Amino acid sequence: MTRKRRRLYIVSGFMLIFATAAALVLMAFEENIVFFYSPTELARKMEQQPIPPNRRLRIGGLVEEGSLGREKDGVTITFRVTDTVEVINVRFRGFLPDLFREGQGIVAEGSVAADGKFVATEVLAKHDETYMPKEVAEALKEAGQWQGDHE
Amino acid sequence: MLAELGHYALVLALSVALIQATIPLLGAWRGDQGWIALARPAALVQCLLVVVAFAALMHAYVTSDFSVLNVATNSHSAKPLLYKISGVWGNHEGSLLLWLLILVLFGAAVAMFGNNLPASFRARVLSVQAMIAVGFLAFVLFTSNPFERLLPAPIDGRGLNPLLQDPGLAFHPPFLYLGYVGFSMAFSFAVAALIEGRVDAAWARWVRPWTLAAWCFLTLGIALGSWWAYYELGWGGWWFWDPVENASFMPWLAGTALLHSAIVVEKRDALKNWTVLLAIVTFSLSLLGTFLVRSGVLTSVHAFATDPARGVFILAFLIVVIAGSLTLYAVRAPAMKGGGLFAPVSREGGLVLNNLLLSTACATVLLGTLYPLFLDALTGDKITVGPPYFNATFGPLMLPALIAMAVGPMLAWKRADILGALQRLKFAIAATLAALFLTLVLAYDGPWMAIPGIALGVWIIAAALEEAAHRLRLFRAPIGESLRRLARSPRSAWGTTFAHAGAGMVIIGIVASSSWQVEKLQVMRTGEQVAVGEYSFKFLGATAIKGPNYDAVRGSFEVRRDGAHVDLMTPESRSYPEPPMETTEAAIRTGWGGDLYAVIGDPTADGAWSTRFYNKPMIHWIWMGCLFMVLGGLVSLSDRRHRVGAPARRNKNAKPLEVAKSVAGE
Repeated sequence: MTRKRRRLYIVSGFMLIFATAAALVLMAFEENIVFFYSPTELARKMEQQPIPPNRRLRIGGLVEEGSLGREKDGVTITFRVTDTVEVINVRFRGFLPDLFREGQGIVAEGSVAADGKFVATEVLAKHDETYMPKEVAEALKEAGQWQGDHE
Repeated sequence: MLAELGHYALVLALSVALIQATIPLLGAWRGDQGWIALARPAALVQCLLVVVAFAALMHAYVTSDFSVLNVATNSHSAKPLLYKISGVWGNHEGSLLLWLLILVLFGAAVAMFGNNLPASFRARVLSVQAMIAVGFLAFVLFTSNPFERLLPAPIDGRGLNPLLQDPGLAFHPPFLYLGYVGFSMAFSFAVAALIEGRVDAAWARWVRPWTLAAWCFLTLGIALGSWWAYYELGWGGWWFWDPVENASFMPWLAGTALLHSAIVVEKRDALKNWTVLLAIVTFSLSLLGTFLVRSGVLTSVHAFATDPARGVFILAFLIVVIAGSLTLYAVRAPAMKGGGLFAPVSREGGLVLNNLLLSTACATVLLGTLYPLFLDALTGDKITVGPPYFNATFGPLMLPALIAMAVGPMLAWKRADILGALQRLKFAIAATLAALFLTLVLAYDGPWMAIPGIALGVWIIAAALEEAAHRLRLFRAPIGESLRRLARSPRSAWGTTFAHAGAGMVIIGIVASSSWQVEKLQVMRTGEQVAVGEYSFKFLGATAIKGPNYDAVRGSFEVRRDGAHVDLMTPESRSYPEPPMETTEAAIRTGWGGDLYAVIGDPTADGAWSTRFYNKPMIHWIWMGCLFMVLGGLVSLSDRRHRVGAPARRNKNAKPLEVAKSVAGE
């Protein structure tokens, strides 16, 4: 076993593992990247072409005042997310985060159901009273509804 | 007054660090003993100054001195003492000061206990360590001064985020930082060795205890963090592949690789360049983690700072450190020839495989963590890379590493016989097949992934045990000889046994809890009952209670199994006035078989309560496994050879190296 041979083995082992990793990464990126849309962007997107029900995405905006409700089973929560231009109806089965309130910014991850409602599997609220999710702040800025900086 | 003293101490520390970063380095280059000798007192004085600064901030917190802006923003007079203290590092400025404190403590430990390091090498190490300190001191002083005054002082503070008011989280950051900063030692040793142009077995013996200690702390810190997420966030998850978690996980992966490759340098004098590179990369990832968490580029509960100046500063520092050390590496590394040749199938070969897989897995995590940031910066597209990506890339890469880690310790150095090794693992193979069969029979209707998953965990644990049995010649030699071997065999080998078995336990915990968990989400009225797996929960009602600095609703649930009373579980939903916030306190009952987990949510309009229950089989194995890994690290750290004799390379009569012990005892 010479030094050159050993280097050859290590390098080829590395290439093999690296190639596998690259393939895995590319495949995973293809399938598992989740895009963020504001209600306006989502509405525009859905006008162009319907979004397949298995496509995961994130939406964000303000929870519309007075929109929070529960379905008959008691654990499915419905609310509307708005950027003051467009509105998305959201359905979520689970516990809302502790900081979820009407009129405040949230981000929800899930997919668009056949009836056009957004079925969330995860709802993220801001972490404290001074914080606004960055994506939401930018989406609101774009809709022209946000003056302050997002500190 | 004390706050000004703390501030002044930091300014002095910066000037001492500047001297320590330059003079001893020049002295080592010119061979000037006087300049070299400056390194030790400088490191000790610098340490003392930062301790004074930290104590001053701690004093401000404990006495609730709200004329200090940092205290006013992050503390409150009604907070329990523990959280006043942990409040010191529960914010951006204070946590950086903690980072700095740990850095200078490590530096002082080298100065005090590194007696058997050659003086010039020690001077170089301390100089590099001081360069890092200069960066962080400047950062603290110019962008994040914790001692800033607020006049007039407010009557009371704004309080610490209630999510952070928790014993698990009080200790999570210090351990994490002990890990992050501990890797700075490996970095300083690596850079000093590059400057000196020499890496040998003795070098590896100096580096290994530091790396091992840092790795133990980091493991503990990550485990504490995930445990906190599990019981505090109230949704039963314990790992989310959140960028901030990844920030601590990447140095852990690289550090684990470093830990293993340093063995090869020490025992076989091979893989030197690679080990030095890993030491640089590991610390760079620690810095990157600090940058990601502290700069506010991420949306997270950890991101205190949203001031862009800070982000730019850390980024610049990161670039200087990484580019500087890699340039030095590029210049110096080619000159370092590796020794010891080995066949692909050998202990070294196994460790190389471990390193390749761990570092590639680490790279995929890095890519998944940074890609959204790059994409946002380049195209403005907002994307999230979530758990599916990491499961699809990290999982398959770790799988061969996990299978191989059971065999690795059975292989001989230089050239090994893989069939022979497998033969010596016949009981482990039998146990694995039995596990495969049992899960197939008992859990055939569950997710199929659970079956090979459990078998993998059993394989790792059984192989670790069988390897230990071979070491003792258990059942093949008289019991007396086995006991003698137990007393004599090296501690580091036992460290491997514990740590590897711990990893197997983590695997079993992850697989079992994710495959066979039962979740119930329900609206309940008083007196109603719900079945969760083999347990039933009866809702006895909800009452309002008052805590020291919060109000809460406490739900009572009677847990029964086969009609017999098991326990009374009382989850709470708390609301804190300062700062206004609600938190969920899950009730968790840990039994032999796993955890029961109950959460109470909001009342519905007609007087019922939303509730959530989990039955998570074997989830506690995850944290037990982590503790085993830490235990393994500590046992290995106590190995004689880290303390006695061997590390001395020039100074044969030097005092034994006490480094390992001092770190473990800190």
